[in-house]
Amino acid sequence: MGIIGADLVRQDAATLARAMAEGEVSSEEVTRAHLDRIGEVDDRVHAFLQVLSTEALDAARDIDRRRAAGEQLGPLAGVPIAVKDVLTMTGVPTTCGSRVLEGWRPPYDSTVVERLRAGGLVILGKTNMDEFAMGSSTEHSAYGPTHNPWDLERIPGGSGGGSAAALAAFEAPLAIGTDTGGSIRQPAAVTGTVGVKPTYGGVSRYGLVALASSLDQAGPCARTVKDTALLHAAIAGHDPRDSTSIQAPVPDVVAAADEADVRGMRIGLVRELRGEGYQAGVSQRFDEAVAILTDLGAEVVEVSCPHFEYALAAYYLILPSEASSNLARFDGMRYGLRMGDDGARSVEEVMSLTREAGFGAEVKRRIMIGTYALSSGYYDAYYGSAQKVRTLITRDFEAAFAQVDVLVSPTAPTTAFRIGDKVDDPLAMYLNDIATIPVNLAGNAAMSLPVGLAPEDGLPVGLQIMAPPMADDRLYRVGAALEAALVDRWGHLLIEEVPAL
Amino acid sequence: MTATHDTVPFAEAIAAFDPVLGLETHVELGTASKMFCGCPTMFGGAANTHVCPVCLGLPGSLPVVNRTAVESTIRMGLALNCRIAEWCRFARKNYFYPDMPKDYQVSQYDEPLCFDGYLDVTVETPDGPREFRVEIERVHMEEDTGKLTHAGGATGRIHGADYSLVDYNRAGIPLIEIVTKPIVGAGALAPQVARAYVTELRDLMRALGVSDVRMEEGSLRCDVNVSLSRPGEPWGTRSETKNVNSLRSVERAVLSEIERQAAVLRDGGRVIQETRHFHEDTGRSTPGRSKEQAEDYRYFPEPDLVPVAPPRDWVEQLRATLPEPPAARRARLRAEWGISDHEFQTLVNAGALDLVEQTIAAGVDSAAARKWWTGELARTANDRGVELAALGVTPQHIKRLEELVGAGSLSDSLARQVLEGIIAGEGDVDEVVASRGLAVVSDDAALLEAIDAALAEQPDVADKIRGGKVQAAGAIVGAVMKATRGQADAAKVRALLLERLGVSE
Repeated sequence: MGIIGADLVRQDAATLARAMAEGEVSSEEVTRAHLDRIGEVDDRVHAFLQVLSTEALDAARDIDRRRAAGEQLGPLAGVPIAVKDVLTMTGVPTTCGSRVLEGWRPPYDSTVVERLRAGGLVILGKTNMDEFAMGSSTEHSAYGPTHNPWDLERIPGGSGGGSAAALAAFEAPLAIGTDTGGSIRQPAAVTGTVGVKPTYGGVSRYGLVALASSLDQAGPCARTVKDTALLHAAIAGHDPRDSTSIQAPVPDVVAAADEADVRGMRIGLVRELRGEGYQAGVSQRFDEAVAILTDLGAEVVEVSCPHFEYALAAYYLILPSEASSNLARFDGMRYGLRMGDDGARSVEEVMSLTREAGFGAEVKRRIMIGTYALSSGYYDAYYGSAQKVRTLITRDFEAAFAQVDVLVSPTAPTTAFRIGDKVDDPLAMYLNDIATIPVNLAGNAAMSLPVGLAPEDGLPVGLQIMAPPMADDRLYRVGAALEAALVDRWGHLLIEEVPAL
Repeated sequence: MTATHDTVPFAEAIAAFDPVLGLETHVELGTASKMFCGCPTMFGGAANTHVCPVCLGLPGSLPVVNRTAVESTIRMGLALNCRIAEWCRFARKNYFYPDMPKDYQVSQYDEPLCFDGYLDVTVETPDGPREFRVEIERVHMEEDTGKLTHAGGATGRIHGADYSLVDYNRAGIPLIEIVTKPIVGAGALAPQVARAYVTELRDLMRALGVSDVRMEEGSLRCDVNVSLSRPGEPWGTRSETKNVNSLRSVERAVLSEIERQAAVLRDGGRVIQETRHFHEDTGRSTPGRSKEQAEDYRYFPEPDLVPVAPPRDWVEQLRATLPEPPAARRARLRAEWGISDHEFQTLVNAGALDLVEQTIAAGVDSAAARKWWTGELARTANDRGVELAALGVTPQHIKRLEELVGAGSLSDSLARQVLEGIIAGEGDVDEVVASRGLAVVSDDAALLEAIDAALAEQPDVADKIRGGKVQAAGAIVGAVMKATRGQADAAKVRALLLERLGVSE
C-alpha cells in the first residue's frame, strides 16, 4: 500500500523510512506533518518541553537534499524523533524537567544525539519528564505534567512520560527515553507503546544527565517492536567517552525482530513478579499473552527469584546515594538558576538558596535520603547492604537464565492512574516500578510491549520481557513474535485503539 | 582565641615532647592531558581555556581514566617499594566548594592503587649522616580542583572577599597523593627528616620522569601533620598545616608547629584538631577551619568509572623501567668520583648531579666537570634564582669548552665569557667564540709585537727585568694582556718576554 494520501503521523518509522527511500514522500513533508500534529494536540498532551520546528525542518531538508544527491543514508534517515530532555543537544536548552537548569544551553551533543544526527534522524524537540527522572508519572516535572493520550486525566507514566505520550499521541513515530528504574518501560506499558532498556553499557551515557550512574540507561521507544529495534541499532555501541560502555558488538536486534520466532525457546514466569498487588486486568492480559507464547511454540516454566522482594528497598538506597552526589553540581555557580546573589550573601548561602528554589520536593527527598545513606556511620548499613542485595539479585537472574532464555512479567502492577492520585504518597508511587527495578540493579536488558486493554478500565497493559546482559536480541525475537500474534488476533496494533484527541 | 600562640624554643620543646609527623604530598603528574579528559595540562594559558565539558563537570559529561597517569602512579608506587593493588576503584569525595566543578572530587579512598611502601632518607647531623626509613601508607590518584582568586577583602581568602574568580584550567589535572605512615622517633631531627623526605620524593619523581615537580608553580603541595606527646604517653592531637609549598617551608612548618604546640601543652592547654594555613613570609601558621566536627565526605565508589585492575605482567614491565633509586645513585657517584661528603653535598645542593654525570659521560674529566657546574654556573643560577638546568648550558657545551681550553685556544677567563654568551642566548660555544671574537692570541709574532710595544712604553721596567728583577715582569705581562683584551695566554706572554730580554727565571 502506498503512503500517498495516508495520514503520515499514523505510520510507523519503518514505513516512513521506506516511503522516503522510494521517493514517495520527503522528510520535510513527514516532519511538517508531525510538527503540525504537535501544534494540534500538544497543548492537551504536553509531551514536549521544547519543539525545535526550525531546526527540524532544516535537518529534514538537508536529508532530502542528500538523498536527492544519491548519498547512502541510514535506515531511519529522515524519520522524526522526540528526545527526552535529559540528553544534551548543542545549543538547545536541556532542563531535565527542573527549574535548576533553566536557561542552560549545553555546548555539546550527547553521544545518543550525535548518533541520531549521524543516522539522519530529525529531532523534533525535547520531551517532558519527572524532574531529573525521579518519578513514575511525569507529575514531578517543574514544567507541569504530561497527559496520557488514552485518557488525558491520567498519567503517561514516568519519568519518560513525555516520550511515551508523544508516541501514543502520534506526535512522533520514535522517541528516546532513559531508564533508571523503569522510566522507559513503565511509560510504554501505560501508553500502549513499546520501550526497551538495553543492557547497561549498551548505549553510551555520555551526555545523559545522570540520575544514578550505575543504573541509568538510554534506550529506544516506538509504537512497534521493529521500529524499536531499528532505533536501538542506531544508538547502541561502544563509546570511548563512556568508561562503562561495553566494548563488544551490538546484538543484531533488527534481525531478531524480523525473525520473530519463539519456537523452542524457554520462557520463565517470575513467581515474585505476579499475583498479589497486580491489578486483575493486568494479570488477565498478562496470562493471555503467556498462553499465546505457548501457542507459538515456546516452553513456559515458572522460576523463582527470591531476592527480588528486596529490590525496591535496595534501589531506594543506591539511587538516592548516587543522585545526592550527581546532583551536587547544581549549585548556581556555573550555569542554570542562581538565587540570592546580591553581593552580600556568601557562596554557601547562594548555593543553598539556589538548591532550595531550583529543586522540587521529590528531588530534595531523594538527595536527603542519599546524603544520609552515604554518611559516615550509616554507609555500611544502608549503601553497603544495598550493594549486597544488588549482588544477590544479579545472582537470581543468573540462576534463572541458566534455566530459561528470557523471563516475563507484567511491566507495571496497574494501568495508568489518575493525575494527582499518588503524588502525595511517595511509597505508592515507588511501587509502580516494583517489576522493572530488578533489571536496572542487575544491568541486564528488558522490553515492555502492549498486550491489551484491562477490561475494568480499558487502559493499556504492558508485558515485560527480560533477557541476560548483551542478549538484547532475545527481547526482540520474543516481542516481535508476540506482537505479530496479537495483531493477527486484533487485526491491528493496540495503539490504533487510542481515542482521537 | 588569639591568632597566634606563644611558642617554646625548639630545643626546649623537643626536650619535653616527642613529635609525631605525618606528611601528605600532592604532586601534579607530568602527563600531557588531564586525569579524565583530553585537555592539556600545561601551566599558564588564559583562564578557563584548557577546559571541556568533562573537566568543567557539565551535566551529562563522563570521565575516562588517563592510562599514562595510572602508569606513572604505579611506577611511583614501585619506586616507593609499595604493593600494587590487583583491583581498585576510584571514589567520590563529596563536598561543596566553588573550585570543584562537580562538587565532588574523583579520588581514591579505601582502595588506593599503591600501598605499604617505604622511602629511606638521609639527614645531616653533627655526628655525620643519619638514615631514616619513612614508611608509606599509600599512593593514590586524584584530580586537582580549579583555582580561586579572591578579590577585595583583607584576608585574601574566600570569607570577606568582594568577589571570587575561578579558573578551571587546573581542574582535572592528575595528582598523585603520597601519604606516609606516622613518622615517629625523629625527635629533634623531625624538621630535617620532613624536608629530606620531600626532597627525596621530588628527586625520585624527577628521576622517574613522572613529574618535573615545578615547585614554584605549585605543582608539589604538602600537608604537614604534627602532634606532640610527652615521652611514654599516647600520641597527642594533631594539627594539619595545609599547602606547604617549598622544601624550606616544610622544614619550617614542622619546626614552628612543634614550638607552638609545645607552648599550648606547657600551659596546660589542649591542642585542637584543626587545619592551619602556613605563611611563607613569617614562617608561622594561623588556624583555619576546625576539624573538631570532622567533615563527612560521604565517600563511595565512583560509578562512572570501571575498576582499575593492572595486569601483573604490566606491573612487572613497569618495574623493569625503574631508574636507579636516587639514594643508591648518589652513593655510587660519590664513590666513583672519590670526593668528600661535603663536596658531594655541594653538588647535590646546587642541583648539579645530573649535569655533572652527563658531562663526565660526554668525556670531560670529572674534576673539570664538577668545577664548571659548581663554580661559575652555580653562582649565576643562584644569583638569578633559577635552577642550574634552566640556564641553557648543556653538558655538550662544557665538553666543547674543555676541548678549547685543553687545546690552549681558550683561557679560563675567556671560557667564562663564552658561558656568559651561551646563557645570554648567543648560541653554542663555537658561535659565541666567533661572534665575540674570543680566541687566545697564540700567534708569537703578534704577541712579540705587543711585548715590544709594552717594553717601549715602560723602559724602566724593561731595565729592571734585564737587571735580574724577574718579578717586575708582571707589569709588562699585564700590559700585554690588556692590549690583547685578555685573549693571550699569560704564561706564554711571560715566557716570550723573558726570552726576548734574554733573562731566565
